[in-house]
Order: sequence, then structure tokens, then C-alpha cells
Amino acid sequence: MTALGSGMQPVLDVTGIHKQFPGVRALCDAGLRLFPGEVHTLMGQNGAGKSTLIKVLTGVYQPDSGSILLDGRPIRPRSTQDAQALGISTVYQEVNLCPNLSVAENIFIGRYPRRFGFVDWGSMRRQAAELLKRLQIEVDVGKPLASYPLAIQQMVAIARALHTDAKVLILDEPTSSLDEAEVQTLFGVLRRLRADGMAILFVTHFLDQTYAISDRITVMRNGEREGEYPCAELSRLALVNKMIGAPADAEQGAAQGEEAWERGEVFLAAHGIARKGVLQPVDLALHRGELLGLAGLLGSGRTETARLLFGADRADAGSIDVGGKRVKLANPRDAIAQGIGYCSEDRKHEGAILPLSVRENVILALQARQGIWRAIPMKRQQQLASDYVKWLGIKTASIETPIGSLSGGNQQKVLLARWLATEPGLMILDEPTRGIDVRAKQEIMDYVSNLCRKGMSILFISSELPEVLRVSDRMLVMRDRKACGEYRRGELDETSVLQVIAGEGA
Amino acid sequence: MNTRVDPALGKPEAPAASLRTVLLQHPLLRPAAALLVLLVLDALLVPGFFRLEIKDGHLYGALVDILNRAAPLMLAALGMTLVIATRGIDISVGAVVALSGTVAATLIGGTMVVNNGVPEYVANTPMGTALAAAVGVALLCGLWNGVLVAGIRLQPIVATLILMVAGRGLAQLITDGQIVTVYYKPYFFLGSGYLAGLPFSLFVVAALFALTLLLVKKTALGLFIQTVGINPVAARLAGLRTATLIIFVYVFCSACAGLAGLLITSNIKSADANNAGLLLELDAILAVTLGGTSLAGGKFSLAGSMIGALIIQTLTYTIYSLGVPPEVNMVVKAIVVFIVCISQSGEFRQLFKKRAA
Repeated sequence: MTALGSGMQPVLDVTGIHKQFPGVRALCDAGLRLFPGEVHTLMGQNGAGKSTLIKVLTGVYQPDSGSILLDGRPIRPRSTQDAQALGISTVYQEVNLCPNLSVAENIFIGRYPRRFGFVDWGSMRRQAAELLKRLQIEVDVGKPLASYPLAIQQMVAIARALHTDAKVLILDEPTSSLDEAEVQTLFGVLRRLRADGMAILFVTHFLDQTYAISDRITVMRNGEREGEYPCAELSRLALVNKMIGAPADAEQGAAQGEEAWERGEVFLAAHGIARKGVLQPVDLALHRGELLGLAGLLGSGRTETARLLFGADRADAGSIDVGGKRVKLANPRDAIAQGIGYCSEDRKHEGAILPLSVRENVILALQARQGIWRAIPMKRQQQLASDYVKWLGIKTASIETPIGSLSGGNQQKVLLARWLATEPGLMILDEPTRGIDVRAKQEIMDYVSNLCRKGMSILFISSELPEVLRVSDRMLVMRDRKACGEYRRGELDETSVLQVIAGEGA
Repeated sequence: MNTRVDPALGKPEAPAASLRTVLLQHPLLRPAAALLVLLVLDALLVPGFFRLEIKDGHLYGALVDILNRAAPLMLAALGMTLVIATRGIDISVGAVVALSGTVAATLIGGTMVVNNGVPEYVANTPMGTALAAAVGVALLCGLWNGVLVAGIRLQPIVATLILMVAGRGLAQLITDGQIVTVYYKPYFFLGSGYLAGLPFSLFVVAALFALTLLLVKKTALGLFIQTVGINPVAARLAGLRTATLIIFVYVFCSACAGLAGLLITSNIKSADANNAGLLLELDAILAVTLGGTSLAGGKFSLAGSMIGALIIQTLTYTIYSLGVPPEVNMVVKAIVVFIVCISQSGEFRQLFKKRAA
């Protein structure tokens, strides 16, 4: 581990960054310090402001205020090219290179070495080979990039970043599509770069990886810098605690006045469902009238589990029973036919059909199940839409208003209505309360609990632990792409759940 | 002084939307206005443009002529509208026109037989069979396109490019590169016959338009096509059969093109594999765009596309009747299209409104 002498000057010193988007305060007094020869991990929940901060550093966004010092000199990158020229290079989550060009070409795109005005291919190949050798990567630089696995492509992206004489290397979730061995290779490269004095900023959701590679950690929460900690001095529990933000009264609701809940029969049972590289085998059972909470950090396998149960992705292994009968869920249609509904976490891309009206959005899933020929009569459509607008308290000018002009909370309610209209036996709610205001949040949760009492099963996924603890009858905790514990209501308090999430023996 | 909400500010007068605002915001306003302007121009420049007369029980006149000549384009535009609504495109329309026309013409042909001293032509294959074969070939073309797009996930423009090239090639193979002439009279009725005083092709267009409208409005097809065009991921998660839908629109589009091919060959009494329906796909795409349907997919207007097709045909008619040299034809067409398209661009209108304010 590198010694961080107190007299050492940070290569990158970012302080007091504010960034406001219309209606959202994305960053407030955010900052971070990066020293040469360290791997520094930036952690925080979804929406904590990590990506925004990185985009400010790389010139994608201009901050409203604040200062960025590179080697003690103030900079204000205006574009990614600008940032790169200053010495800040970034490798993004999705490798954004050209798969059909050769490895060497990818490294030198836009900066081909020239000789007499022509591209000097020989020199390009030589330089590329040297660069990759420095990373101890054995590849043929003349072959197309696509002929190598994703991990190698990631290395090529790093090599490309290095070629620009970067002082700071930012890796934005580089490991999310890599398998275990590939992650180790990547870490090997990072360690060598660190030994060479490179300052590396690493963004990830995986706790194990954070502890495997980091020297120091900066935690962000709600757009602010929560704190900066040496990795060795911050326990996993403390880290998760800081990311989530320990609430003042965790006991509230969980302990008090709940009528004894009676389990109905099992509605859905999953046995060892798994998907390679995404989810390790998970067992779970959902009873009628039960609300099962899925807790865990982003990337822990929560959404992945939900997508397998809904047939949105196909499971490579395991089996699913619905109502005691083995079923095959090859696509969402199959799941819907079995009475399963799924509100995706990505409202905008996987849920709302923005230009269409509230009415059309509400009836969509029901109409899809009825098939194309049996159109729901207009009268019935209007009835359904206005009923749900009333029951869920959806604020809209009319049922013919495009859903895109509604607020986030009201859009979410419309999508909830879409699934309720199909009268499902199991409703999967993936982060139904993300990014919506407190009141709408409360209304949605009340409505959901009520449905549960009437016999609907609900699988509830949320990053907000207090919310999960409050409403769940039972809770499944996930970590690092696998399930790691199941608890009845009242068995756990917030601290012990945090311990499980963080992976410290409870 | 009255308080009036400026529509330019985008604030709708909430309670009672007046007839005026409804009309002004109607999506068909712009294409209809463009067509009207062209017609008025014709009325001023072409003597007797609106005159209709009945000769031999048939209605004659410039308007009837325009409608009749626009028929194949209107058919192609109907199919193209649904394809574009799914965020797709079909550039093989012209090739399918050539192919279906060639199949029909080759099968029917005509052999002279002398009957009681009167020479008469009989079809080589029964006309019903020949028409069915031509439409069948068109359906297969559509299936091919649809499977490439929805099954193999080729980009629509690339997927249909294959047939654009191959279809015409196939048609030339069938005809040996020659123009196939049809001698069998009953076949001519399709493209140049009259029913109740009006060209028969208009009835074909009207029937197909009505059928499509019915499908789109009375079943869930319209909703599903829009949903797939706007957000295919969400459509799949809502339980739509996205692949089946996409295959259907390409099959439908090719079927329309096949019918257009029949009208064209019947009208000119021959099949020219080289030139039949040449660039018809581009006119069809243009008609759809002029009708106010965005190439980005989603909301679409069948009536708009029909008006779009009429705009294009009226424009062609105007150019010819004004005696503009054919070399300039394309340029004039391009200028008019440019004006109509730019008037539909929201950003351009915004710019214009700021100036005016």
C-alpha cells in the first residue's frame, strides 16, 4: 500500500461542487481528493450523485460553482476531449470503442501517428503493442477488437486512456459485466498502474471489490460528500451505514401494532433460479397475501431476480412453480398469463409509453393479455382509467393527457394501475418509490399494503432499507449476486440487516 | 380588452377548447392546407382545372385523373405508414411492385384464339389464380422482410435493401429482361376500368383504406403498433408480441405494394421489371412524412398519408400541366417538399413565432 504522506499534494482536489438540474439538486458541496499512486473508490447509493460528479470532472457537465484543482492549478474542463487533454481520462461502464476496428486502431482513434501526412501504421502497431505490454496484456494488436472478450476490451480502453499521458484515470463501474477471473485480471492491471504512480478513481457497487483494491473510499449521499476514509479503517458495516444513512428511528413501525399475519398457501415458488454472470441460484417462496421484501445494494441481484421471475430474462437453471404447478416463463407474456405483474425500476425506459395517454397506458397490459382482436370497448377503457385515477389519487388534467406530462410519482401510479388492471396474483414492485415525492411514496405504499391484505402477493424491492423493514412480512437479503439470508418480520433490526448486506457475520 | 391565451406560449385554454383551437391543433391541418394551396394554385393557373364532365357514363376531369394516378402511391403509403409507426422503414416497396406485377402479367399474358372469325385473347392462367399468385408472392416478400427485422434484428433499412435489390432482379429473371405485354382484356379493368362512373382503382384504394382504418381503430392493433414504435422494451414487458407485430406490418406493407403492382401493370397493360414502381418507396415515405407521421415511430395518421400521397400527385400534375420542362420537375418537387417538411418542424415554427412576436 502506498504511503500517503501528509505533505503530499493531491493530484486532483475537488471542493464545493454544486450542480442543479431543473427540479433536482444533483450535487451540493460535493468533492473528492485523489493522490498519485492510489486507488480511490467512490461509493454511494443510486442517485447519490456519483455519476454527476464524474461527469463534472470529465467536462460533460459544467458545475454551477466549486473548484477543481489539478496539480494545484484550477481547471474547468469544457468537454471530454478537454478533460483528456488536461490529463483526466475515463473508461466507461460500457466499452465505447469500435468493435470492428483493430486493437491498435482503437487505441489510437483520432490520434493516429502520422508520417508525411499519412497514417504510420507500423509505428501505430509498435506503440500499441508496447502500451499493452506495459499492462502485461497479451493480444495481437492487428486483430479486430471484437475478437477479444469484454475484459480485454476493457483493458484496451484503459490502454487508450493511458496513451493520452493521463494523470488521473477514472473507471466508471468497469466490473459490472466481467466475471470473477476477468475482474482479477483488471485488478492486476490497476495495481501495476498504481505502482507507477497513477491516481485511479474507481466507481463500483460491489463491496467485495471495493475492499479488494481500494486504498481510500469517498462516500457520497444525496449529492453531498459524506466523508473520506482510509479503506482499512472503515468496516463494511460502517460503510453501508454511511451510504444508506442511518435513520434516527429505525424501530418505528416495525415493532408496533401489527396484527398477526397469517400465511396463505404458496403462490409462487422458485427453486435455484440462476443466470450465468448475473445471479447465483436463488430459492424463494411467496405466499398469498404476503409482502416479501428484497433488500440489498444495487447490483446485489435484486432486480435480476425479479426479471427472472417475470420472464424478462431467461433463467439458465432452476425452476418456478406457480400455484403448485411447474411453469415455463420464457417471456413476459408467459408470466402475465400466470398472473404476475412487474413494475420495472426504470420507469422511463421500461414502463411508461410517454406520448400515449393515461388511459392507453393503463389498459396496455390488460389489452395485451386479451390479445389484439378483443379490443377493450372505449367505455370500459375510460371506466378503468378514471377508476384508477380516483383510487390511486393520480393527478392529471384528464385521462387523455399524455403520461409524459405527469410528474414522476403520478407516472408511477399509472404504471401501477396498468398492472392492477390485470388483477395479478403476484405483483413485483422494483423500486416503485424511487425519485418520487414523499407524499406519493406514502400513498403508493399504503395502497400496496392494502392490496396485500386482500390476498395479492407482493415482491417489493427498494434501496431504502427503512421502507423495506416497515412494510415487509418477510425479507430476503441479497449481496453480491446471491441471496444470503431470509428473515421474518421483527427478527431483524436495521443494524443487523446492514450487517448482512455488508457481509459481516451477524 | 379580452384576455386571450396566446397559443404560441403553449398554454391551452383549459376549460372550453374552442372550435378554432381544435382545428388549429388538428394534426391534419398542415397537410390539408398544403394540398389546398396546391389546388388553388392549379385552379388559377390551369384553365378548367375543376371542371368535371361525364363522357360515355364516365367521370372525366383533372381531379379524377389525379386521384386515379395517385392510387398506387396511396396503397403503398398505407402500408408504409404502419411500418414507419413501428420505427421501421421499407425500401423494397418498388421492387415488390415490379415482382407482383411481373408475376401477374407473365401468368396471364394472353393467347389469341379466333372465335367465329373474331380474334380474341384468352388468359394463359385463370385470372383469379394469377392475382392470387401475385399477392402471394408479395406476402412472402413481406414475411422475408419481417423475419429479417424482427427475427434476425437487422436494421430495417438494411433488411429491406436486400429485397429492394433482389426483388427487381428476380422480376427481371422472370421476364428475361423483356417487357411482358398483357393482351387479356378483363385484366385491364383493375387499373383502367370504371365502376359507377369512377375509376375502379379508387374503389380498391377506398376499400383498403377502410379495412386498415377498421383494423387500427376497432382492434388493439393501432395501440400496439404505436407502443412498439415508441418504446419496444416497455412494449415487451407489458406483454406485447413485439416480433409478431413487426412481422405483420412488413407483410401488410408488401401486400399493399403487391396490389399497387397489379394496378400499375393493369393500367399500362404490361409489366416492366426495370421501371415498374421505380422509387415508389421514396414517394411513399415522403407521403407518410408529409401526412405528419414522424419517422421516429409512434403516433401515425393513415388519413394524413393519403393526403400526403395526393399532395405528391397533384404536384406532379401541376408541374406537367404548367409545361415545366421535365428536367426541372425534380427540383420543383424538392423545393415544395422542403417547404412542407420545414413547416412541420416544431423548431422552425418556434423560430418563426419568436420573430412574429
